Amino acid sequence: MMREAPLLARYAESLFWMARYLERVENLGRLIDVTQSFETPGRETESWFALVRINADEEGFARRGLAPGAEQVKQFYLLDHANPTSVPASLESARTNARTLRPLISTEMWMQLNMFHREMSNIAPAALQGDRLSRLCARIKEGVQAHTGITEGTFFRDEGWCFYQLGRLIERADQTTRLIDIRYHLLVPQAGEERRVAELTQWFSVLRAAAGYHAFRRVAPPGFTPADVVSFLLTDLAFPRSVALCVEQMEWLLGQLRGRYKLRGTVPALERTEELRAALLGRPVERVIHDGLHQFLDGVQRDLILLAAEIGTAFFRDWRPLAEPAAAMQSQSQG
Amino acid sequence: MDSITHDPFRDYQPGPYFCELTSQRADDMGTSAEIRARLAAIGLDALRARATAAETDLINLGVTFTVYSQAAAIDRILPFDCIPRVLTAAEWRKLEAGVKQRVAALNAFLHDVYHQGRIVKDGVIPGELVFGNANYRPEMADFPVRFGTYVHICGIDIVRDRAGDFLVLEDNARTPSGVSYVVENRHLMSRAFPDLMAGMPLRPVDDYGRRLLSAMVEIAPEGVDDPQVVLLSPGIYNSAYFEHVFLAREMGVPLVEGADLVVEDERVWMRTTAGRRAVHTIYRRIGDDFLDPTVFRPDSLLGVPGLIGAWRRGNVTLANAVGTGVADDKAVYAYLPRIIRYYLDEDAILPNVETHICREPEGLAYTLDRLEQLVVKPVGESGGYGITIGPRASKAELEAARAALIADPANWISQPVISLSVAPTLTETGIGPRHLDLRPFAVTGRDTWVLPGGLSRVALKEGSLVVNSSQGGGSKDTWVLDDEGPQAGPAAGREG
Repeated sequence: MMREAPLLARYAESLFWMARYLERVENLGRLIDVTQSFETPGRETESWFALVRINADEEGFARRGLAPGAEQVKQFYLLDHANPTSVPASLESARTNARTLRPLISTEMWMQLNMFHREMSNIAPAALQGDRLSRLCARIKEGVQAHTGITEGTFFRDEGWCFYQLGRLIERADQTTRLIDIRYHLLVPQAGEERRVAELTQWFSVLRAAAGYHAFRRVAPPGFTPADVVSFLLTDLAFPRSVALCVEQMEWLLGQLRGRYKLRGTVPALERTEELRAALLGRPVERVIHDGLHQFLDGVQRDLILLAAEIGTAFFRDWRPLAEPAAAMQSQSQG
Repeated sequence: MDSITHDPFRDYQPGPYFCELTSQRADDMGTSAEIRARLAAIGLDALRARATAAETDLINLGVTFTVYSQAAAIDRILPFDCIPRVLTAAEWRKLEAGVKQRVAALNAFLHDVYHQGRIVKDGVIPGELVFGNANYRPEMADFPVRFGTYVHICGIDIVRDRAGDFLVLEDNARTPSGVSYVVENRHLMSRAFPDLMAGMPLRPVDDYGRRLLSAMVEIAPEGVDDPQVVLLSPGIYNSAYFEHVFLAREMGVPLVEGADLVVEDERVWMRTTAGRRAVHTIYRRIGDDFLDPTVFRPDSLLGVPGLIGAWRRGNVTLANAVGTGVADDKAVYAYLPRIIRYYLDEDAILPNVETHICREPEGLAYTLDRLEQLVVKPVGESGGYGITIGPRASKAELEAARAALIADPANWISQPVISLSVAPTLTETGIGPRHLDLRPFAVTGRDTWVLPGGLSRVALKEGSLVVNSSQGGGSKDTWVLDDEGPQAGPAAGREG
């Protein structure tokens, strides 16, 4: 007879964060790729700095004394280990969590992450130049996708799996709102036809970055508009990166924790997902755009933060009575 | 020269030392010759290529220990030598019996010194060595442990002299490490050298986790039906973290850090997503000093406040017990043959290396007279630190050792230089002899079980006698042969 295996709160939190960091890395790869394809001669700085803005990294960028240029932004996200939102730093955090989780995750998961981390910790500056940048972005995406596939095929499906999925879905939903946000200023309601076609070209790039272009073409109404693209990214329940699908899956996972694993404390988090769902599906996207898409996306991002906080309060909070850095120092001096 | 036909053992010269592969052994059943033939068939170049690939594997798998320098934490692998060290069935029977005997004596000794102290009253060992020992824990006095087992996990360092006789160099009765490498080395060998292993009559090593878990369940407080076992680690920054992961996985129990545990009503609980859950046995990989800040070091952040209280109430078992350090002290070691005779009324199956106790005037005088011939060791250190090897020391080093001896004789023991056995090892210039030792691991709950083989640590530098991983040592897979000879190799179509 199999034993029932309890899940340490600390492991649950590490799973949640490992998944978040990896999802962030994949999306950063997507964002950088799409930014490069938007780059228009003479306006590179503006395009690239938009990346800093949508990640809310203006302060960190300025603190490092960087001028807002294309090269600086690329380096900030791809080479700068000291920038906590960079690819190498996010992978470092993912690996640290994975190291904590080694008793729990599969050897194959650990090994792939270990090797991917090593590769991305040593990105050569030349890899940021010309057509090599797009190839680098492809490698970043593939590395996370390999992780996802290995996890799907090897990670034990108990409650830990739910926390892993919750982390990645929260991050994915958040990142999709940022991907939309990168182009929000293009949505000018009264633009002429020519402008509209140019806009659509850019929105197609967003769709491609989110791997949703072909699916969108299949389901889009004839004579679609940019608003249809936004609607697809926010609310389509078949598109893997849509915010609404992420929310729906999170509801299901919270239900699993409550029903199948008998965990208490899911109710506040479930209330947050209900609010999110109402905000996303409660009114037509044209209305949302008219009222201010940027503000709306900000609101969704805030709700996701609150949702993460509810999950943390219910399941993770309990294990941390200590000041971590001091404990780490002492641990290092132990034989 | 054609590397396929070149016998890599052609120039192999073990010198005056006992060789673990080529020296004659009665019950070898032709296995050593078969191994040599297979290694020759693989050839030196392929051996090198496979050895390199195997080490890359270890890095990717994160089978590493962490070395801390001032600035950075570096993950290192324990260098791996692909030529196995072979123990025959008869050799192993003797080692196994010797290790069991030693563990029994260590436990009897600990029970005695934490109860009546008969061995001191009977004058077998000086009371000062026991009760004045920094590792003696007065908190343990009269405290009952199940089955009288204090040392649940024990590692005993064993060497072989020129005649091939086994000698015990050191007991490790606190938190001995290295067992993960025993199992990982075997996995690595079967991945990289299936053709070398096929049909070899080897005792398996993968039963360790199951045996360990059974022992941890046995020693849980009485009356607990389905005890919860955990492994307590200082965490991911500890240099042996990989081994902690390995042990937790092999047992299938949670790896906890101090912050995961909480003591309430003198019971230990772990913090899970479903709230608190009772814990009954803790295999702790944290030193005594750090276990409980309310009893031992108050600045410890790794331990669990109240743990010792819960333990004294009998609500949780710690493995190893607190206070076992008094038994594996290098000064107490010198008395082990007498300790074995005292409790078990037997002679030691595995003798000690001749040891001079410098706290005794004769021992000090003997040592000072022959400093340049002896190995001088501090009693409280481990990891090969603080050792002076007389024949290899410079004048200045010898004088420093002499001054240290005179300043604090009780801190030192001395031993003759043992001509450690060698084993064929892959080197830059071909296959050459390198010195090695052996650390078998014993697990004790109600009874003692010894993992077949153990960790063979090899000094990779030519002529070096220091096998510690912190000082340039590597390891080998350790093969314990069954009573049968080798079966046909892969060429004859056997599956690996």
